[in-house]
Amino acid sequence: MSRLLQALFGRLPIGWLQLSHNRTRFAAALAGVAFANVLVFVQLGIMNSMGAATLRPYDFFQADVMISAGDANALADGGNVARQWLLQAMADPDVADGTGLFIANVPWDRGEKDISLTTFGVDPAKPGFLSAEIAGDIGLLQVQDAAILDRLARGLGKEEAAAIRPQSPLAFETQGRTVTAYATFAGGGGFGGDGYMLVSDQTFLSLFPARASAAPDHILLTLRPGARPEAVIARLKTLISDPSLRIRTYTAAAEDDLRYQQTKRPTGIIFGFGVLIGVLVGLVIVYQVLSTDVADHLREYATFKAMGYGPRFFLGIVFEEALVLGIMGFVPGLIVGTAILTLMGAITTLPLAMTPSMAVSVFLGTVVFSAVSGAIATRRLAAADPADLF
Amino acid sequence: MDSDTIVEARGLNHWFGSGEARKQALFDVNLTLKRGSFTVLMGPSGSGKTTVLTLIGCLRAVQDGSVRLLDHELNGAAEAELVALRRRLGFIFQAHNLHESLTAAQNVMMGVQVHGGVPDGLAQQAAIHALGLVGLSDRTTYLPANLSGGQKQRVAVARALVASPALVLADEPTAALDKDSAAEVVDLLKRMGEARGTTTLLVTHDNRILDRADRILTLEDGRIVKIEERG
Ligand SMILES: Nc1ncnc2c1ncn2[C@@H]1O[C@H](COP(=O)(O)OP(=O)(O)O)[C@@H](O)[C@H]1O
Ligand SMILES: [Mg+2]
Repeated sequence: MSRLLQALFGRLPIGWLQLSHNRTRFAAALAGVAFANVLVFVQLGIMNSMGAATLRPYDFFQADVMISAGDANALADGGNVARQWLLQAMADPDVADGTGLFIANVPWDRGEKDISLTTFGVDPAKPGFLSAEIAGDIGLLQVQDAAILDRLARGLGKEEAAAIRPQSPLAFETQGRTVTAYATFAGGGGFGGDGYMLVSDQTFLSLFPARASAAPDHILLTLRPGARPEAVIARLKTLISDPSLRIRTYTAAAEDDLRYQQTKRPTGIIFGFGVLIGVLVGLVIVYQVLSTDVADHLREYATFKAMGYGPRFFLGIVFEEALVLGIMGFVPGLIVGTAILTLMGAITTLPLAMTPSMAVSVFLGTVVFSAVSGAIATRRLAAADPADLF
Repeated sequence: MDSDTIVEARGLNHWFGSGEARKQALFDVNLTLKRGSFTVLMGPSGSGKTTVLTLIGCLRAVQDGSVRLLDHELNGAAEAELVALRRRLGFIFQAHNLHESLTAAQNVMMGVQVHGGVPDGLAQQAAIHALGLVGLSDRTTYLPANLSGGQKQRVAVARALVASPALVLADEPTAALDKDSAAEVVDLLKRMGEARGTTTLLVTHDNRILDRADRILTLEDGRIVKIEERG
């Protein structure tokens, strides 16, 4: 280590020697940096998994444009949209097809624990609006009270889910009816429910008698090849006389949803603050260590000043210390952070995991913030006046 | 000023503080240090010895009068020029001020590396050689904590001398040492100065040192009151 740094800096690695000289303090400092890293990793992991969980249901469908109620900030949020706008939209020459999408949660009594399934009602005659995996099974939904079930739903056993087939379906009671699952797809538990279920719009309406066929939650549109979505959306906005509706591309709707979850919802804001606090904790720890270290060595630094060492030399030492702390603290932080995220993922079945991009950005952040703390700590060096040495 | 003159101070006045508290510490000090000379600056505590040393050593700005050091006028010199000049000096302080996390050899290397561009191997060789000259060949890898007071001060001497400075400024380097160590350190300074042609200005009120001096200047209340030439 010493030799590596010596080669790197072209001088004695004083920062490293100084840090490693006081082993207890060094270990405490590394633990502090690692702790700050773990904090950031866990918060980022939760934020990422929230993002992944938010975007997950958008993968079940395929569309170019989505029409939603003005207050529909998320897929399962807000009011519904009158079906008449679907007919209006179909009048546009560039709109190829359209369908209504119904969404609501149903409870499923699993004995020891109730789980909640986010249920989508779709038109079984329009497989083009479904992802390839689901579209193949969509014919099964023609049967009344038939369902395609999320095999990754929380509380559903792996073997139990794997056994679901048209010839060995799984029937269960919900909303006072018996729903029968003939096939499965890969969904996954999120923050808003334990899993997903697809049924036909007819089945959906019989599960939710209060809902009307004339008012789905969203309208999905596909466009003709070569059509420009922005131009179509602009035309639809004049065609559809209800100005409160949100008419967006399907991708934009997903992005809006994600942004809403991360910046407007309390959970998103809390985890965002968690990241900020982790960064601040790291900054304060590194600053504290470096400035104490500078204060403890003022006489030595003053001596170096008297000998003719300039400000760049001292800045170099403090940066060297900041780098050592940042890099050496990151490694245990990464290990512990990965372990905690893996454990949390296993317990919650949320998509919690350490990703390479998380590791890289936290590493760069650690190095940058350590260097910033180091730069602040060098202000204390001004107090080292060699004239006071005599 | 001929090339044999290392330091020439003329009409040097210095004040500390400002306003009511302003107090003059030096009054019209004149002194010349010739190349290779060994000069002792004496005087009671508070007479201004350290002030003279810090002015010549470019550690304080010259306020009034002139100090020429190695053909540079210090009065009005820029900070960068002062820093560059300091690299050509060797300082020995009352406290050794060794860096606790550096070994004896590494501490001495700091005196070489300040000049930049010196390969590590060479700097280390020079450091070990200098430590040999002060009799610490067998202590090069020791941390200061494991050296005696006299040994630490000898490391400081090696650090000050390793890069062959033009002028060594020492302020009571023996104050913290016992009699034998003190004599040893001063003899060392004297011998190494003679061997390398170094000029030395040493502040002390230690009478045991006086017989090693070429010249003794006595300072009282900020004025040079006596100049004594010796063999
Ligand atoms: N940094 C300072 N601030 C104010 N007064 C000082 C300072 N340094 C020295 N003095 C004053 O200047 C005078 C000379 O001090 P100094 O040069 O340290 O004397 P000596 O080294 O001979 O003991 C003393 O009266 C001292 O109080
Ligand atoms: Mg003094």
